[in-house]
Amino acid sequence: MAIAINRRSFNALLASGVTAAASSGLMPRRAAAATEITVLNWKGYGTDEAWALKDFAAATGVTVKHDYFNSEPEMLTKLQTNPGAYDVVLINSARTQQAQAAGLLDPIDLAAAPNAKDLAPALKTHANLMVDGKTYGLSWLWGMNSLAIRTGKVTGADSFAIFLDPRYAGRLALLDDAATEIAVGALLTGQDINNPKDMKAIGDKLKAMKTNVKLLWSSEDEWNKAFAADAFDISVFWSGAAVRSKKQSKLPVEFIVPKEGAIGWLDGLSIPKSSKNKDAALKFINYMVDPKFYVAWATQAGAPASANTAAMSELPADDLNKQIHKPEYLSKLQFMSPMPDDRRQAFNDLWEEVKAGYAK
Amino acid sequence: MATRIAPSLPARLSSRRAWTTAGLLIPAYGWLTLAVFLPLGAMLFFSFLKAAPFGDRPLVFTFDQYLAFFRRPYLFDVAWRSIELGLWTTGLCALIGLPAALALARATRGRARQVLFLLIILPFWTNGLVRIFSWTIVLREGGVLDQALHLVLPSAPGLSLLYSYPAIVIGLVHAYLPYMILTCYLSVAAIEDSVVEAARSLGARTPAIFWKIILPLSLPGLVSGAILIFVPVIGSFMEPRILGGRIGVTMGTVIEDQFTQAFNWPLGAALSFIMLAVVLLIFGLTSRILPGRVASF
Repeated sequence: MAIAINRRSFNALLASGVTAAASSGLMPRRAAAATEITVLNWKGYGTDEAWALKDFAAATGVTVKHDYFNSEPEMLTKLQTNPGAYDVVLINSARTQQAQAAGLLDPIDLAAAPNAKDLAPALKTHANLMVDGKTYGLSWLWGMNSLAIRTGKVTGADSFAIFLDPRYAGRLALLDDAATEIAVGALLTGQDINNPKDMKAIGDKLKAMKTNVKLLWSSEDEWNKAFAADAFDISVFWSGAAVRSKKQSKLPVEFIVPKEGAIGWLDGLSIPKSSKNKDAALKFINYMVDPKFYVAWATQAGAPASANTAAMSELPADDLNKQIHKPEYLSKLQFMSPMPDDRRQAFNDLWEEVKAGYAK
Repeated sequence: MATRIAPSLPARLSSRRAWTTAGLLIPAYGWLTLAVFLPLGAMLFFSFLKAAPFGDRPLVFTFDQYLAFFRRPYLFDVAWRSIELGLWTTGLCALIGLPAALALARATRGRARQVLFLLIILPFWTNGLVRIFSWTIVLREGGVLDQALHLVLPSAPGLSLLYSYPAIVIGLVHAYLPYMILTCYLSVAAIEDSVVEAARSLGARTPAIFWKIILPLSLPGLVSGAILIFVPVIGSFMEPRILGGRIGVTMGTVIEDQFTQAFNWPLGAALSFIMLAVVLLIFGLTSRILPGRVASF
């Protein structure tokens, strides 16, 4: 009898070890003892750093495997169609309420995640993450879309109005993205970037940039090549990309948050309602906002700004990420928020019309 | 035995031939059905929807997407510019391609011809994106072309073609010229030397031979080349986007935006079908205008 039980448990152990190895591609040594959680995220976005997973497994006994999405709608579809498959999911805070409304998320108890105490207050309880006073995402990373200029060649860049300055005819590059450019127009006309009332004023401002616009860029690589070739001096740019352009490509770029403010985005980590390992999931989320993890990730690989103020202050003083993502900017940002389909379509239509005007 | 089989032999042969024909055609048409008609059918279906049916969105049918041009009058400009781009590209390809085909067919042979053909087909073997990005290096200010010009004329002003209309046309002509050369070559190679010799012996000079014999006889090649080029150029989006800068807005980029940015597949699909209709209309009209020999193409 004893032998039979032993064999059965041995088989179970073997089976779980095999499934874990097959599904994660790793060979966890404590396969039977370990809890396993699955994270749904963009590929190469922090949670799948191999050294961190090893470190996390050593500290908690929890192994982590991954599934990836390539677009936000795909992420929502995966959450919806595979209940129980995921324990942690990365959600752009502009989508958190949508996921919550679909009944996909559990509220997060911030008190149970010790590292949450140092989250920047503006982000910790950002309206995008909250429903009925409960937090449905732990704010993790943030960044900005704002003004970037060529150091030394552009002066007096303290406003997006420089996009219309005749001194810089043919020296402007815009991001080919409706939400971003409509937001720039909204900032210029003093409106809410997520729900502007006067679309015509925005369209007029954007159309008036025509003589300044040299090109529309859509990838970081394209931006770097064109900037290096001196094709433009002023641009809308991503804060994280500006860090990389300075650090890796040594380009003379200066990132500015002008007086109108800038466009912010915030990514949060959430726990699906259908998760079966919520405690382990929360441990992992807590580890992700740990300053130790963030500093190592940001300095070795490069990362967006952390929502954890302690993590940001632990970065070395000369760290470009730290210099660009100043804490005082947080209050000047308008964060991208959830948007109904018809408004999203109106944004796209207006931007398409503006572009057609540029080409004329 | 033999007598019984003999009368039915032609019938059996012809039925066997029919099977063989079918057997040879099925892979191609089966593949076409799978690869062309199914996705196209799906797109046609999408074009009558209000929103792309992803996630838990309900299916709502509407004809609205096809009114896109009236809802968004600026699209008329965009469409016309795309057609204009198609005309420029096709025209330049014909101007460059026909002489090249003539030279290849009538003045080269053997190994030299093989090498020349290889050089023509070379653009096909390079990735489109790589090809376009290498043009950005050539065309930009301080690029290869600019430096070459300053080597010859040091006092010339800076030459920057990148992010301009000519840049888009250059990129497109480069991409599509092989089609024109190959189709023209097939037509030109079929022209008998004796026809040209007869014309010469009757006293025709070279220009007359070109206008009266070579050009009419190579028209089928020119027309099929033009069709092969015009249609994809109207829908092109990579070249305009990367080489055109702010000028690079075409129907191709507008449609691409609907799929990749706006996530409005129905509108993108409807715009594609509208452009398809416009292209068919253009071909319908031109096949009437062109001489009868071409209409059969």
